[in-house]
Amino acid sequence: MLSLENITNAVHEWLNATLNPTLALLSEFVIVGVLAIALFAVLGLSLVLMERKVAAFIQIRLGPNRVGPFGMFQTVADTLKLIMKEGLTPDGADKFLFNLAPYIVMIAAMMLLAPIAFAKGFQIWDINIGVLFLTAVSSISVIGILMAGWASNNKYSLLGAMRSGAQIVSYELSAGLSIITIVILTGSLQISDIINAQANGWWIFKGHIPVLISFVIFIIAVTAETNRAPFDLAEAESELTAGFHTEYSGMKFALFFLAEYINIFIACAIGATLFLGGWMPFHIGHWEAFNHIMDFIPSSFWFIGKTFFLIFLMMWFRWTFPRLRIDQLLNLEWKYLLPISLVNLLVVALMAVMGWHF
Amino acid sequence: MFEELGTTAEGDMLINIGPQHPATHGVLHLVMTLNGETIKKTEPHLGYIHRSIEKMCESLTYRQFVYVTSRMDYLSSHINNHGCSLAVEKAMQIEVPERAQVIRVIMDELTRIASHELWWGAMAMDLGAFTPFFYSFRERETITDIMEETCGARLTMNYICPGGVMMDLHPDFQKRVKSFIALFKSKFDEYNELVTGNIIFQNRMKGVGVLSKEDAISYGCTGPTARGSGVSSDIRKLYPYEVYSKVQFDEVLETGGDSFSRYMVRINEMLQSIKIIEQLIDNIPEGEFQAKTKAVLKLPKGEFYQRVETARGELGIYIVSEGGTTPHRIKFRSPGFSNLSALGHMVKGSKIGDLVATMGTLDLVIPDIDR
Repeated sequence: MLSLENITNAVHEWLNATLNPTLALLSEFVIVGVLAIALFAVLGLSLVLMERKVAAFIQIRLGPNRVGPFGMFQTVADTLKLIMKEGLTPDGADKFLFNLAPYIVMIAAMMLLAPIAFAKGFQIWDINIGVLFLTAVSSISVIGILMAGWASNNKYSLLGAMRSGAQIVSYELSAGLSIITIVILTGSLQISDIINAQANGWWIFKGHIPVLISFVIFIIAVTAETNRAPFDLAEAESELTAGFHTEYSGMKFALFFLAEYINIFIACAIGATLFLGGWMPFHIGHWEAFNHIMDFIPSSFWFIGKTFFLIFLMMWFRWTFPRLRIDQLLNLEWKYLLPISLVNLLVVALMAVMGWHF
Repeated sequence: MFEELGTTAEGDMLINIGPQHPATHGVLHLVMTLNGETIKKTEPHLGYIHRSIEKMCESLTYRQFVYVTSRMDYLSSHINNHGCSLAVEKAMQIEVPERAQVIRVIMDELTRIASHELWWGAMAMDLGAFTPFFYSFRERETITDIMEETCGARLTMNYICPGGVMMDLHPDFQKRVKSFIALFKSKFDEYNELVTGNIIFQNRMKGVGVLSKEDAISYGCTGPTARGSGVSSDIRKLYPYEVYSKVQFDEVLETGGDSFSRYMVRINEMLQSIKIIEQLIDNIPEGEFQAKTKAVLKLPKGEFYQRVETARGELGIYIVSEGGTTPHRIKFRSPGFSNLSALGHMVKGSKIGDLVATMGTLDLVIPDIDR
């Protein structure tokens, strides 16, 4: 069967056969880099379009439908417009930091692609501390946001950046703790190990109620971490016009915008990997025939399907809920989610020690 | 004023909300003193959309000045026209035909629903929920379609004029209003499901922007803002005009005084308006739609005052006549101005997010405040 694993192996063998090992490794680097950037662009464009279509569906309207069939090239046209716009740097801004900030946010989002397993054996870097890497690198983007807010020399931006800082730092705890529950159950930080441990059932089914709780907390926490409504206080259109990126225009704004969507994708990909079995197909106990049919669906489809299901959930939240206030947001984290996560972690640890999960 | 817009001597941050800002629904300018996110002082600066409507009215005849008032509170233009017409009719002692009276009241109530629908969507948008706006506009479109069919305009109607209404109703009017009522009733539960019952929404609204009964009276608040604080201020009940004394409806009163009370007052007012329309729509009497009046109206010498209940509160029209064809002086007492004056008191000590939520429940229309 044609799978992404076979393709990568074939490319790897062909490169090693034709070039010497150093050159082969270098060209593999280049291929991976180009593919990552291409994936970035495609994901950004398709997710923006998806957001607009989902919003239109929820808001009883049609959404973009003029550029291309079903408005599919709307985001391409938007990007072209943004590229051609002048990138203004406001008077009194710290020029160096102001121009650097979008790239930091972008690079942080890009680095997160590395340990994610897109399909069976299709992973850029199967690092043995994969989950730790993800949680560590995902917190870098807050530096970019704070930088953007501070360097803009704008009070709205500053307020937005400070909100964002408080928010991301707080919600990282809950996200981290809910990720740790899965690490405890698996006994490994490596993404491939975590996925393989779910071969006979996804953690969300195997882990009883505690894993379900940590899944819900994880979804709430990553919604907050990616600054999405109902936790979009860093942008808060009706309060702070556009929050930390008020002063950005042109491609620098587009980088923030793209990074937001890439972060959503990555957050949902992590969720799909940890709780929904990554690229593992859906199996039911001993229904051999059913399981066999499920195996025929390529693993990349499973991964993309699960990820986009979670992305749809996050978009659904955004277009349904009103925004929280900053103190309510922090109360929710420190008074409710964090204690629940800690207790939940203990329960999961007990469960793992006693071997109570399936 | 502008050189002080930085940081105060105490180290508090001064920030300008508006005149161009998504939350102010127009060109309102608030200069705020912030300590972190906490509001210490709010100072509204007005005048960005001042068109000197009162002065313009002095050079217009009594038939013409009614139309300018559509541009004051453009969301309740029927009611503004109504108030001005009533003032002129009161001064000239014109007897308005029964048919015209009923049509006017139906139009007023349709306008009130349309205005509250828009407020509901815009207020939810202030809180960061974008979807309600589209839901409310779905029903509001039906009303504007009815208006368009009847008087040719969708926003600045100019339909009600001294002596009656401009033209007779469209033959489909009753049918379409009835279908609107059916539509509204079937969709009304969606509003409560989507917004009113939402836990985030309730947390954002309850106990926020509290205005006590005494403060509401002393700031001169009227309309749903005052009724949310338990002040009975419905002009339709207290000083009934036209056929309001003959129809059955309740004055919606809430006692909380917070944003949620004001929200509930407006939501329930829509139902009361539906109730009024239901009573009248089948009972539009036959007859003239306009009283026989002279082409040029001349008011007797004197001072005349008429108040009406717009969607935002009490609109007062004060005409000083010297006996000519144009008024000597006209003064409008607009509800938005008094309601806005209470904003600084309501949001003191709360967060920026609360300012936006509270301002949303005041339902400000800036051209109404500036005139």
